[in-house]
Amino acid sequence: MSTSTAAPAGEQEPAADERLAGSHRSARILRRPEVGAAVAALAIFTFFAVTTDAFVTPSGASTWILTSSTVGIMAVAVALLMIGGEFDLSAGAMWGTTGLTTGILMSEYQMNVWVAVLFSLAVAVVIGVINGVLVMRTGLPSFIVTLGTFFVLQGVNLAVTKIIINQVSVTGLQDVDGYTAGQQLFGSFVKLDIGGSILTIYAVTFWWLLVTAVATWVLLRTRVGNWIFAVGGAQVSARQVGVPVFATKVGLFVTTSVAGWLVGMLALFKTTTVQSTTGVGQEFIFIICAVVGGCLLTGGYGSAVGAALGALIFGMVGQGIVYEGWDSDWLYAFLGVMLLGAVLVNNWVKSRAEAVR
Amino acid sequence: MSTQNEPVDNAADGDLGGAKGLSRTPSGHAPELPAVGETLIEVRDIGKSYGSVIALRDVTTSVRAGEVTCVLGDNGAGKSTFIKILAGAHEHSTGEFVVDGVSRHMSSPRAALALGIATVYQDLAVVPLMPVWRNFFLGSELTKGVPPLRRLDVGAMKATTKAELEAMGIDLRDVDQPIGTLSGGERQCVAIARAVYFGARVLILDEPTAALGVRQSGVVLKYIARARDRGLGVVFITHNPHHAYPVGDRFMLLRRGRSMGDFPKGEMTLDELVAMMAGGAELEALSHELARSMGEDSDVAKQMAAEVRHP
Repeated sequence: MSTSTAAPAGEQEPAADERLAGSHRSARILRRPEVGAAVAALAIFTFFAVTTDAFVTPSGASTWILTSSTVGIMAVAVALLMIGGEFDLSAGAMWGTTGLTTGILMSEYQMNVWVAVLFSLAVAVVIGVINGVLVMRTGLPSFIVTLGTFFVLQGVNLAVTKIIINQVSVTGLQDVDGYTAGQQLFGSFVKLDIGGSILTIYAVTFWWLLVTAVATWVLLRTRVGNWIFAVGGAQVSARQVGVPVFATKVGLFVTTSVAGWLVGMLALFKTTTVQSTTGVGQEFIFIICAVVGGCLLTGGYGSAVGAALGALIFGMVGQGIVYEGWDSDWLYAFLGVMLLGAVLVNNWVKSRAEAVR
Repeated sequence: MSTQNEPVDNAADGDLGGAKGLSRTPSGHAPELPAVGETLIEVRDIGKSYGSVIALRDVTTSVRAGEVTCVLGDNGAGKSTFIKILAGAHEHSTGEFVVDGVSRHMSSPRAALALGIATVYQDLAVVPLMPVWRNFFLGSELTKGVPPLRRLDVGAMKATTKAELEAMGIDLRDVDQPIGTLSGGERQCVAIARAVYFGARVLILDEPTAALGVRQSGVVLKYIARARDRGLGVVFITHNPHHAYPVGDRFMLLRRGRSMGDFPKGEMTLDELVAMMAGGAELEALSHELARSMGEDSDVAKQMAAEVRHP
């Protein structure tokens, strides 16, 4: 939130200044939801930078930046949805669904690359609308509804792929006409030579930064952002004052689906292959990143930057553990601890925010 | 909010664009507030039945600009039915509901809002974790710029919120704090200020002091008086005659779905009001009961006895 002073200078009475003394800029920054994640990210970065050699080298950093970016796009979208008071467990499987759709259309049906990309976008939008309408019309928890969608997508991804191409992954896409055009947008990378070591930044990282920036702007500076906070914070109240609750929530489900599509395309055009099981198992990672970034599980509070930082923590720890030479399975134990810690901190922040000052 | 079937009221149709169906003027004040004392709403022998259950009958009262009409009654007396009729949530079955001299049948809250009748319910329709200024404009946000770069006019909204709250006499430290951090009374006042800003001429307050302590109730009463002084007609629903009497200009008492009368302040003392609320005989019995259980000399018993003696 802006720290600019809203009140005209003339209204500044001495009394107001005195009462505001406790909530000046520093206090206001500390009240932001992403502060915890920022501090944690800094601590984790410092730890691995000091204790391992590879972590801060350009080539070493390339790895965790890539992981963070891929997960980050989804985490930001899932964070918006969580602020709006809902979950989407189908977000991970969507990644595979859209990648497979585009890959099969291009390789088996020789479809133009852009048409195939737009077709899978349409598929993602439809699935998002189905999720949203089911949740809003049935009144069931979105956790249950999207758990259903998740299993459906997981099954369809495998079964349909096997029916059409008799195997469980699409490969050899680099030979398809137009693949390089798609690669320009989704799969390209820049290599920076820093003192003999190569820092590779993939397109996905730029998309991640773009998605985070747009999401932050929408959340804090547009009417839709206001509505997202409102439908997550107090749905009945929001409806009473005229917020279009149904449209806002369905829009959020479509947003996570489309983010899944974006990540699906980014993965497809980076690796030239896509597995039927792509993205499965990732859905909870996104939620953990969002929660670590300050999102309340109950909705109405959180930030896009925080979710991006949560993804950064995930990427750094995942790779840092490898550089330390530890068993990489420790990552999951770490994530669990991180999640519990974050939930406790968030609830404390919430109770403070709601308490009369 | 439903927008279908407004039998009499077509005024609402032209103005569905605004989120609350209200016209918003730049200054934030209602388009034209009538002269003080002018009748805004008049209900004559109004009643409501749900099937064979008669929830309310033969209620007559009026709401005037710059005056506070208090609706008093115990739980189940028909207060909420009466509010729902005024707010447009329920249509009345019998009697006449006259707004600005025109008889109306309102079938939706939106229709009532279009006529400038705004209701502040007990839950206040606020989102606790959102800042005060975001709550103030929620659903009717001010924007600037053109799509796709249309964005919130944060500066204007914060300044307006601060100014509107100041006009109501609410001096907030910081409009950026979550509204959940305000006290119950202050939150009530923000809801009132919001209704006023978005064009209310008649303000219906549903038990605004019910959940509040003594001091907070006093704060809310002050703002009710402030809204009245700004020229609004206020309908103050309460079960507490001690809250109603200081700010009320007119008292309408409900018991068991019937009106026990509609009295201007000049014809009624606080003691009479209290006695009528409790019912003379019931009050006397209660007074004896208290005297027995708490002792003749206890303050409560003395006060009750005094109220019975001087109805």
